[in-house]
Order: sequence, then C-alpha cells, then structure tokens
Amino acid sequence: MRRHLLEAADLDLGDATLVLDTAAQIDAALAGREVKKLPTLRGRTVVNLFYEDSTRTRISFELAAKRLSADVINFSAKGSSVSKGESLKDTAQTLEAMGSDAIVIRHGASGAPHRLAQWVRGSVVNAGDGTHEHPTQALLDAYTIRRRLGRLDGVRVVLVGDVLHSRVARSNVGLLHTLGADVTVVAPPTLLPVGVGSWPVTVSYDLDTVLPKADVVMMLRVQGERMNASFFPSAREYSRRYGLDARRMALLPDDTIVMHPGPMNRGMEIAAEVADSVRSTIVEQVGNGVSVRMAVLYLLLGGAPEGSS
Amino acid sequence: MTTYLIKNARPYGEDAVDLVLRDGDIASIGENLTAPGAEVVDGTGLVLLPGLVDLHTHLREPGREDAETVESGSRAAALGGFTAVHAMANTDPVADTAGVVEQVWRLGQEAGLVDVVPVGAVTVGLAGAQLAELGAMADSAARVRVFSDDGHCVADPALMRRALEYVKALDGVVAQHAEEPRLTVGAQMHEGDRSARLGLTGWPAAAEEAIIARDVLLAQHVGARLHVCHVSTAGSVELLRWAKSRGVQVTAEVTPHHLLLTDECAEGYDPVFKVNPPLRTDVDVAAVRLGLADGTIDAVATDHAPHAVEDKECEWAMARPGMLGLEQALSVVVTTMMSPDGPGPGRLDWRAVADRMSVRPAAIGRLAGHGRPIAAGEPANLVLVDPAHRGTVDPAALASRSRNSPYAGRELPGRVVATFLRGTPTVLDGKAVK
Amino acid sequence: MAEPALGAPTPGALMSADDVARVVDRVAHQLIERAAAGRAGTSQGAAPDGGLTDLVLVGVPTRGAPLARRLAGRIEAFTGTAVDVGTVDITLYRDDLRLRGVRALEDTRLPAAGIDGRLVVLVDDVLFSGRSVRAALDALRDLGRPRAVQLAVLVDRGHRELPIRADYVGKNVPTSRTQQVKVKLAEIDGVDEVVVADPAGAEATR
Repeated sequence: MRRHLLEAADLDLGDATLVLDTAAQIDAALAGREVKKLPTLRGRTVVNLFYEDSTRTRISFELAAKRLSADVINFSAKGSSVSKGESLKDTAQTLEAMGSDAIVIRHGASGAPHRLAQWVRGSVVNAGDGTHEHPTQALLDAYTIRRRLGRLDGVRVVLVGDVLHSRVARSNVGLLHTLGADVTVVAPPTLLPVGVGSWPVTVSYDLDTVLPKADVVMMLRVQGERMNASFFPSAREYSRRYGLDARRMALLPDDTIVMHPGPMNRGMEIAAEVADSVRSTIVEQVGNGVSVRMAVLYLLLGGAPEGSS
Repeated sequence: MTTYLIKNARPYGEDAVDLVLRDGDIASIGENLTAPGAEVVDGTGLVLLPGLVDLHTHLREPGREDAETVESGSRAAALGGFTAVHAMANTDPVADTAGVVEQVWRLGQEAGLVDVVPVGAVTVGLAGAQLAELGAMADSAARVRVFSDDGHCVADPALMRRALEYVKALDGVVAQHAEEPRLTVGAQMHEGDRSARLGLTGWPAAAEEAIIARDVLLAQHVGARLHVCHVSTAGSVELLRWAKSRGVQVTAEVTPHHLLLTDECAEGYDPVFKVNPPLRTDVDVAAVRLGLADGTIDAVATDHAPHAVEDKECEWAMARPGMLGLEQALSVVVTTMMSPDGPGPGRLDWRAVADRMSVRPAAIGRLAGHGRPIAAGEPANLVLVDPAHRGTVDPAALASRSRNSPYAGRELPGRVVATFLRGTPTVLDGKAVK
Repeated sequence: MAEPALGAPTPGALMSADDVARVVDRVAHQLIERAAAGRAGTSQGAAPDGGLTDLVLVGVPTRGAPLARRLAGRIEAFTGTAVDVGTVDITLYRDDLRLRGVRALEDTRLPAAGIDGRLVVLVDDVLFSGRSVRAALDALRDLGRPRAVQLAVLVDRGHRELPIRADYVGKNVPTSRTQQVKVKLAEIDGVDEVVVADPAGAEATR
C-alpha cells in the first residue's frame, strides 16, 4: 500500500484485494462481539478535516477510527479558523504540528487531498474531493458487491446518472476496472464528460437495453438543480429516461442488486419501491463502509509498509 | 553617456562583427572597430538580436504590488532580453483612463529598465459593457495603441464590433482574450480526457475558437485590425490561417508555455500550471509551433502573470490562473523552435526568432524605436544571447517578486548575457545593472 | 543457497516429522491428564468426559491453528471425546505494528459454545518474547471470559520479554537471540519439522 489513499489508481489489484480481504476479516472478527473495539491504532490520531458537510461520511470514518482505538479529532470548516480565511496549507501545518498521523479530508475542490499530501508527513485519505474521486466509497461498493455476488471479476456493473459531476462514479470506474469488473455507464450525453471515451467503460444512453444484462445497477444521485443549467429539460423527463422504477426493475435478472451511495432522491433517480426492495443494498453499504474504512486506516497507519508492496 | 564597444558578436547568429553604441544608437558596425574610451563588451560566441518586445505582460502595479511592481517586472523583462513590454490593463484600478495609463507609463520611465508600454482597457472596468475612453488613452503621454480587456473576453459581439471600428481612428488594435464566457463557467483546465479523469471543469477549445472565428469575420467586415492574445489550440491556428488567406488584418501571439507544456502538467493538481487559456494537448502544441514557424502566429508574447504565494499554494480551483514568463521566454523559444540542425518545417532560425519576438510585436504595438534592424543609425535596443549555455530554472533566483514559474527545475538552453536599452546596458554579465 | 523444495525434509533438522508427532502426542496426553485433574479439583467431581468438554483449544495463526486441530485430533483418538477448537488472530492486537508493518489478517473463529466459563488453552508454535501471547490474551478478553487460560507451545526458545510461561512445552530449545526458529507443518509447509537458522540465514543443525 502507498502512504496515502487519494484516488482509485493508488490501489493495484493486490492492494485493492488486500483492503477488501482485511475488511472481511475485521467484519468476521467483530461479528457478534459485545466489545466492538480493537486496540490496533491506540495512540494514533486521526483528523477528520471536512470542508463540506457530510455527516454520514464523517460518522463512518469516525466510527472506523474509534473502533480501532485511534484518537479522533473532527475539524469542520464551519466555525473554525478556516472560516476566518486560513489556507489549506496553514491548516495542514497546524494539524501536523499537533501530531496527527492521518488526515481524512472532504473538500469541494478536486485535487485538494493531493495538495494536502504534499504538505504533511502523515497519511491522507480522500473522503471525497470536488468532482474528482471518493475512493473509500468505491471500496465499500466493491466490498458490498463481493459479499452479495461472491466475486468481482467479470461482474457486469451499470452506473447510471450524473457521471460528469460524480466523484463516486470516477472512483468506481477506476476501482471496478482494477478488480476485473465490466462497467457500463448510462447517462444523458450532457452528464457524461467529454473525455469519457478514454475510460475503460462502455457508454450507453439507453438504460432499458443494458438492464437485462446487469449484475449490479449503481444509481448516482442527480441534483434537480442541474436542470437549471440545461443538463436535462426537467426532473420528470430525467426520471422517465434514466430513473430506476418498478417497471425497469422488472427487466433485471433475478439476482441483480441495486446500489446507491446515498443520499437518495427518491422519485428522481430511484423509486421508493426499488430503494426498499430486497435487491437494494443501500443500508448494507452504510454498514460495510465502516469495515472498509477500518481496513483502510489499519493498512495505512498500521505501520511501515512491508517491502513487497 | 558611456560609449560601448561590442566585440565579435554574431547578429542573428551570422558572421561576427563589432558594434559601437553611442548616444543611444548603433554608431557603426564592422570588423576590428575601435572606440577610444568605450566600455568593451566581449561578444565572442554570443548571438546579437534586436531587443525583444513583449505584447503581453502583467506588471500588477497598481493594486498587487506584493506580486509584482513595474520596477520588479521591468527588471525581469530586461533579464529576459526585453527592451519593451506592454503592460496589461487588469490592474486595480483598471487601466481604463488616461490617468492610470500615464501612471504606469511614468513608473516604467522611472524604473528605466525597459520601455513600459501601457495597454488600455477596451471597456470601463473590464466589465464588457461600455467603451473606455480609448481616444484619451491614445492621446495621453502613454500613447496607448493596444487595447485589451485581457483576462476577460469582449464577449458582446456588438460591443466588439464598435471597439474594432473605433480604434481605427487611433491607429490602434484590439487585442482579444478569446474566451466565450458561457462555455467556460467554472473552467479549470483544458476539456478532454485529463479533465474528465481529474474531475476539473473543462475549458473547451471551442470556447476560444468560436470567438476567434467571430472576431475575424467582424474585423473583415469593418476593415479593422484585430490581434488575438495567447492562441492555444490547433483549431485557432487553422482559423487564423484561413483568415489571413482571406486578407483579414489579424495578428496573433502564442505564449512560451503553450509552446512547451501540455495539460499533462495538471496531474498532481499543482496550480503553478493553472493558466488561462489552459495548457492544451500535444496536438495543440505541435499546431501552435507550426503556426509560429509559418507566420500564421506573428509573435511570441509571455502573458507573464505574477501571483503571490498564497494565490498558488492552495487548491487548484482556488488558485489564480497565470505563470511567469519574461525571464524564460527566449529559452523556451530556443528549446521548442530552434533545432541544432538549422531551420526546417516548424523551425525558426535567429532571424525568425528576432522577427517573432521583436520586429512583429513592435509593429503590432506601433512602437517606433523597437524591432528595428541591426544597422548603423538605428536605436541601440539590443540583446546578447549565449546560445550554448544551459541552466536549471530556480524560481527563487528570479527577479520577479513572484515565484510561480512553471519551468522550476527544468533545464533550458540559452542565456541573456547583456541587454541594451537605447545604448545603455540594463543587463551585463547576465545580471541586472540596477 | 537454494531453499529446499516445499515438503522436502531439511537434512539435520532440529526436530523431524517423527519428533513432531511424538511431541504432539505427549502434549495431548498432558492436556487429557490436566483436564481430568482440573475437573477433579472442582466441586462437580470427576466428569464422565474427564473434563474435556470444558476444554477449548484456541490456535494462534498461522501455525498455531493447525497445531490446535492436531492436538484435538489426538485427544479424540486417545479418549474418544471431541474437543472444541478455535483460532484467534492477534494481528490487530500487536504492539509492534510500527516496527514490523501491516500484514494480512487471518481468521478468528470460536466454537459455537463460545469460551465463557471454559478452560481455554492457547496453542502456538514458538514461544519467544511472549508478546504474541500477550496479544492473544488481549484478544481473548474482547471475545469472552474464560474460566482459565493456559498456554501450549511446540517449541520454547527462551528470551522472554514479558512475565509469561507455557503450561505445556513440546521441546525447550536454547537459542541465541539472533537465531531464527522455524516450525514447519504439513498443512502449510508440506512437511513437519523444526529448524534453527543462524542470523546469516543458513539453516543449521545443533
């Protein structure tokens, strides 16, 4: 493993598999235990540096760090020195001086974690940067797929929605490709980046034709505001063409699962009866997020990397 | 005034001669010249060029003297071999009145290192709504001939048409920052494969090309001169080639960084590589080089854009666009445009370098004393270059107040040994005289 | 020097496959005796199973796990009573992560009846500093509350850094601190043997 986890490309097949295997072992080790706490990272300090509000991601990282007995500091941009104009670099140096071993950063600017990684000695974990990546989300998605379907190699994953603005999509495309999955992205052309042709994916504009061959359907959040910038004419038209409703769910093979990174826009990209169906892994994804983030923190902070990787 | 005797310099890289510089002019050129009492400068092995002229410099004064001043920028220019620079209008306050352009011009005169030629804003406050008093700036002591809202595009087609027409009476030119603003909202880098992967909002080539296409048609329609700033795409070069073939009075410039660097630099998100227009692809770099070589692009202009540390040591999206260029411009042109095998397709010789970096920009800016031939009786605006020298760029060693050089750590050929402004050295032995 | 092929005995190994089998049998007998004795000392008196259903053999991965299964197999062969077996991975409880780096985790599996109130015997291949055992004790504490915890090892090589001793020792092997003691088991290494390697890496006999 590298020292930081900034994007899916930081993980080769061996590293990605190690994270998933470690998460599975942690899950198994903690299953049914009264004391869901391990002493592994006692004395280490993990800072959650959140420039964007994301309660669920912050809580997930916080729980992961605490279950490994790390000390956790939550540093949110609001009401802090950041809102008084402190630069990211100054903040980084302050946290460094306080002895942080890892910084988990959520930031609205793509590449902010890369910058941070140049300014600190500890590990940096990207918890979502702008429209770039969200690698731990992709890891927990891959973990969820593997638990449900038993494999990742050759699994056909359909990613639907606002790929252009989605950091979840970018991380999933990269990681799933590394893990051998076969990814199709489906969206109106306005919500696909111009350079999507260089991605290791199949591109489709027609959801109905790809659903019958899907093992996994991953719905991305679509913000209604996008219609104001003419990415699509109306929420209704988007939902009709690209939303996953009960009719479309019926096109899916029996054991196909439906995923969503949350928070959902029910009635927009996903219908309530789909989100609440047995195919849905949405709640499971949240739980898996803690195990995967524990694995990431353990592997990044556990100690000096061994020579082989 | 001291007389200078330059021994054994090679004008345009050709046969070595001696020159006597006296009273601001080249007094004589020939072999084995002597000049009693003159300071002798050994030009052995050095190439002599007319002093370079930059059509596009940001000196930041007034307003951001922490990033650059007229004096520090002038020193950087002299060290880069320049004897004249056009100072862009996007200062604070904006150079949109005779008062501001005269202030900048006077600061340049006081610094005395290079002729600082103010560029006037096309519209009041660069707001793109109402024409600034272009005539008053032209008639001022600064004698403004180049007008530009650089940093902003004159996007309104009707306003652009009027500006092109109006400056005809002033023998002026509108230098357009070609960027359709509605296509570049939030844009961070060239739109393509890399922007898609890096998650940075794309700046499409079409946003530049659409404005150039529109403006050359307008310039043709009203019979006015148009200058296109910092051409960055292959499509733009094609449009300019087409326009010139149709007789449109259009000129264009390319920056050193667009001749050398590509959007690959954005990997790692270091905003020192953030610039507007953005670094493009290999294909675009090849096209602008070819365009400069065949004369479709008239000039190299630095778009020297100093920025304070805090405006670059930050997140990419928060950083200001722009990079330093004055001190490395000639070296970048040497490394990208000159082959040791001599000129060929897509290549320049020293005469062509002089043409693109001195003669043509001086003509575009209507600068009387610059870009002149190296001949007896001409103003002694000259630069001596050591073409064999190779050096590694150290931002801390630059004369600019800022450190945002995209060439940091890069080894580049060529070094300015001496610069003369009207017969007075501003640089000697590679060091600024003052 | 080329590594011997997997499964090939090392010439002059400290313990051969036969030695390992003999030692496992002896420790199995000791466990049977002590279990019976331990039960005899309680108020419940002598149980028909000789106290063996109270016993849980918990192997410390990697090689403690197959050792625990072998001991259970021998006990069943000698007494006809099946003994519960489990494993406890100690990786996340180690105190030397900073020094030795991260490693892949191994299984933690406990018998369905758990360990609460039972006699847990930790099983490991080599007892050295005692730090692995300390980590295993910490892990056990998070997993339940045994009546008592004992320790069985195949080899005790000395150099303890903690006040820990084994209740059952297959073989005491005096070593220098820099030597390596390598236990090989057929389930993992293709061969049963114990070799001692000098710091240079060459495997040497003693």
